[in-house]
Amino acid sequence: MKVVVEEDKCVAAGQCVAAAMDVFDQRDEDGIVVLLDENPPAELADDVRNAAAVCPALAIRIEE
Amino acid sequence: MSIEDDTGAVAHVLVVGASASGLTTVEALRRKGYTGRITVLGAEPHAPYDRPPLSKQILSGAWDPDRAALRTEEMLTGLDTEFVYGDPAVGLDTATRTVRTESGRELSADAVVIATGVRPRVLPGQGELTGVHVLRTLDDALALRTDLLAGSRLVVVGEGVLGSEIAATARMLGLDVTLAGPLTGPLALQVGPLVSGLLAELHTERGVRLRLGNGVTGFTSAQGRVSGVELSTGEVLPADVVVVAIGASPATEWLAGSGLELDNGVVCDSRCRAAPGIYAVGDVARWHHEQLGRLIRLENRTNATKQAMAVAGAILGEDRPYEPVPYFWTDQFDAKLQVHGFLPADAEVDLVDGELAARRFVARYRSGGRVTGILGWNMPKQARQRRQEIVDSVPSPAPVPSPAH
Repeated sequence: MKVVVEEDKCVAAGQCVAAAMDVFDQRDEDGIVVLLDENPPAELADDVRNAAAVCPALAIRIEE
Repeated sequence: MSIEDDTGAVAHVLVVGASASGLTTVEALRRKGYTGRITVLGAEPHAPYDRPPLSKQILSGAWDPDRAALRTEEMLTGLDTEFVYGDPAVGLDTATRTVRTESGRELSADAVVIATGVRPRVLPGQGELTGVHVLRTLDDALALRTDLLAGSRLVVVGEGVLGSEIAATARMLGLDVTLAGPLTGPLALQVGPLVSGLLAELHTERGVRLRLGNGVTGFTSAQGRVSGVELSTGEVLPADVVVVAIGASPATEWLAGSGLELDNGVVCDSRCRAAPGIYAVGDVARWHHEQLGRLIRLENRTNATKQAMAVAGAILGEDRPYEPVPYFWTDQFDAKLQVHGFLPADAEVDLVDGELAARRFVARYRSGGRVTGILGWNMPKQARQRRQEIVDSVPSPAPVPSPAH
């Protein structure tokens, strides 16, 4: 699984961090998404798919 | 209300509304392994698109309209779902779960998901005038943009989230903008007096003229086109273009006679069920939030997604109450506000991070001895990190475990 984030779409909601905190974080200064792990392990796959689904700005894309 | 589901195995799900919540319901069903038939019925001619950008990036022109699409055509095809556009639902037979459409289709399903959203409220007389707009759909946004590019004076009626965002976007496009409405400041109902006051300062600094605190009584016009907005004081605000953003009503007219309880939305139990095999999701749904112990309805983007995921689970037999901490954001000029929970107007507000003067802070709202909400102004991460305070502050278990219905 490969994760791609689009910073210019991100609205800093932080829903992704709540869904998968080992994979996503937010910048301190403006809350924009920070991708911690672009190839997350299989055991996090469900959480990451959930994070992409709850992102209100469609800023997370998963390439399987 | 407690509804026994008698649907047994679900072989066909019909989603009424090709919206963010409708689409998310479909995606969540597929992700959870549902392989049966799905039909999505949309009133608008468009494939599902996203609404938050309409008052910002689409209205400003920063994005092409295509960019508001929620998914590519290829992704929609991958959902193995029949999408029907441009054919509004006009009736529901609750017992047989059959939906009738304007063009005469009759669709029956084992589970019906009502995702028809809301419709903007309008002022008397606005329908007869050109130059007076609402903003709900993509077509609304494009029509308003066309008028803004041709005009120079905009009056926005309505000081809520949508009206304030439109005022900011139009001002950044260079228009002369006046914001009118009965409350004392922008978002006064949503964020309370302190932050509303700061928003008023921001709008004023950036050149938006605030004419707040008075009702709007009507329009002036010339040759069928709006020429101004009349206030209860008698003052007329001259305008080439007017946007009316005074809230919205659940789109439930088509459910009249269905037997479903309609009261400021489709009334649902804690599983977002309105009747056996019938669910409601998104802006149109008013459901029993178990933790809060009352019915609530939320008009925001995050709820559209999360409630859709809950409904997909409920259709497939998961038995969990839907009880989110509400969340919305708004962008106005360089201010990005993030709101978690509820911010009652009479709440005690404490500054818990940052500084008001720096326009970078987190405020905590307390009411009845509990933390009900957190607001971040240009501090999204720090606000999110305090969301847990709201969760921890909710009394548990709910004082009345099974409310009478």
